[in-house]
Amino acid sequence: MQKAVLTGERFTQGDIAAAEGALAAGCRFFAGYPITPATEIAERMAYRLPRIGGRYIQMEDEIASCTAVVGASYAGVKSMTATSGPGVSLMNETIGLAVMTETPMVLVNVMRGGPSTGQPTEASQSDIMQAKWGSHGDYEIIALIPSSVQEMFDLTIQAFNLSERFRVPAFVLADEIIGHMRERLVIPPEDEIEIVNRKKPTVPPEEYLPFKAEEDLVPPMATFGEGYHFYATGLTHDERGYPVMDEEAQLALVPRLCDKIRKNADKITRAENTETEDAEILLVAYGGEARTALRAVKDARANGIKIGLFRPISVWPFPKEQLKEAAANAQHVVVAELNYGQLVGEVERVIRNEVPVHLIPRVCGTPHTPDELMKEIRRRIN
Amino acid sequence: MDRLVVISGIGCTGRASGYFAADSYHTTHGRAIAFASGVKVANPDLKPVVISGDGDLFAIGGNHFIHAARRNVDMLVLCVNNFNYGMTGGQMGPTTPDSAITVTSPDGNIEHPFNLVSVAAASGAVFVARWTALHARRLTKSIEKALQKKGFKFIEVISPCPTLYDRYNRYGSGLDVMKKYREISVIRNFTDPMKAEIDYRTRIVCGEFVDTEKPEFTDLLAQQSDRLQKR
Amino acid sequence: MLTRQERTPIIPEEEQATKYQIIVNEDWCKGCGFCYSFCPREVLEKSTRFNSKGYYPPEAVNIDRCVGCGLCEALCPDFAIHVEEKKAKIKAKKGDK
Repeated sequence: MQKAVLTGERFTQGDIAAAEGALAAGCRFFAGYPITPATEIAERMAYRLPRIGGRYIQMEDEIASCTAVVGASYAGVKSMTATSGPGVSLMNETIGLAVMTETPMVLVNVMRGGPSTGQPTEASQSDIMQAKWGSHGDYEIIALIPSSVQEMFDLTIQAFNLSERFRVPAFVLADEIIGHMRERLVIPPEDEIEIVNRKKPTVPPEEYLPFKAEEDLVPPMATFGEGYHFYATGLTHDERGYPVMDEEAQLALVPRLCDKIRKNADKITRAENTETEDAEILLVAYGGEARTALRAVKDARANGIKIGLFRPISVWPFPKEQLKEAAANAQHVVVAELNYGQLVGEVERVIRNEVPVHLIPRVCGTPHTPDELMKEIRRRIN
Repeated sequence: MDRLVVISGIGCTGRASGYFAADSYHTTHGRAIAFASGVKVANPDLKPVVISGDGDLFAIGGNHFIHAARRNVDMLVLCVNNFNYGMTGGQMGPTTPDSAITVTSPDGNIEHPFNLVSVAAASGAVFVARWTALHARRLTKSIEKALQKKGFKFIEVISPCPTLYDRYNRYGSGLDVMKKYREISVIRNFTDPMKAEIDYRTRIVCGEFVDTEKPEFTDLLAQQSDRLQKR
Repeated sequence: MLTRQERTPIIPEEEQATKYQIIVNEDWCKGCGFCYSFCPREVLEKSTRFNSKGYYPPEAVNIDRCVGCGLCEALCPDFAIHVEEKKAKIKAKKGDK
């Protein structure tokens, strides 16, 4: 029998690292639909899951894939799907359902160029806003952005942990660069990997209220087949889970769904700073583009330029406090992203006109080179 | 009872899952079968029962229906067919008969309707039956029988829509429609589903049309997984 | 074949007056008429009084004829009617013998 956690060092691809991360996190169900550049995750899962007693199912479309994942999660199994922007467009319906019924699940979006079919084989970071606002209604979601093959593995585990902890869908928002890149991956021993499982009810079935939140705003989750005989619906519901169409019910539910993420943001957000303490120019970049940015920052520092890199690792919720801190001495904030301007809006909301915020967009399917990036930065701040 | 999971989509029948003292889930429109597939594959000990309407299962959810039937995922799908979208106010749908009046076919429907039992049989369902709401006891027996079988089972239940469809088409009250069922329905077990006529005005062929055996999806998955784990 | 001595005569049991009772949750009734229209034993009839919603609920006028088939219960779209066997009474009768 194969092991679920393939402890050791290997040279592998980002997509495969995400699949291995999921397995290490305890994922035993995958439903998906082939799409470039995320297909390798499905392929890996189709090979690996049956060998460790898990289940892979290839569905008829992305809507079905995402819905099957919600069903599997309610059946008590940690579950995930992987896709790209066009697939997420279809999954957004079910992401809303998963938010409403507080379903732990992980979605890996290996971003490619859009709109529509766009550039299937090219890199892009243009689904940042889709991840946050894709489904209708007020809600909050979790999205983590890996910047290396190692992070594809690590952040997929964290996405599972956060998703289980807060009963909310969590995205791993990778770009094609990271998805298809091959580099060193270190998988730690199984007992060194921190695993979080959803809270289970501690009361007998007759006292169980499936949507009664505890102090952390998260309700314990029963599983189908355990005898709790509960009901869950995408309609506005009360603590019992039954549809209630009044003001009070909506008021009790929707703010809680948002607040369980907003008020726990300090437990979710994460970011990485490089040379930001004395930085007069703060470069903000994430995912594949952050690798270019890091090189550019190191080269510029060698030339005496006081520049630092702020890399958001969680984009949703956005690491506001960490950004404020990193930008404390900055005179310019420059956002470089592989889209026509998405996360820059979020950065502007945090910086609030205190210093100029510049955008370096790129929509051609490849990242900047470090030199190009530096040239663009100079052009903007002079 | 602990193994039963009742799953429904959206619509008048979509509310059905909320009436059970069992584990139950109310999905978005058309997705009940996809959800049920996830439940069954993740925990094969569970017995998913999908209860939903004709629009939910065969228009927006049509793709999920044919593919779950093709895979032969173990679940019972009960379709309450009232020939229109009732919850939203009586619009035409995939089962609305030729020339019927609805709010979105005010001059008569020109689309060809699905014959649901034929779709189910062609897609690979191992058990296919049709009854009207009047055949409550035969329907109950078919449900009991279907629940004993493993695989994708489909039962169509012809149902009145007295407030909308039946009113627009001047079929009278719910009681009149039920009396009409008594008058025009015939029971013909093992009729070729392609030929299982369904005409609201003249003839509704009821019965159990398909009852066959075929390897079930989650059994096959388990067999494959068991074999691979021994390697 | 049983011999004449081995056979026990079939003596019909005394007919029991009321074996079933029909419970109507009158306020759930919306007066569709399915129960009394399709009762195969004509046990039920539309009553003359109306419920809180203004509908005429059914009434068991010939409860003696009820065979407990449960068709009314199965047809009711509103879960408003239930047929119950009067178990207690039957047991008491058997005990008397």
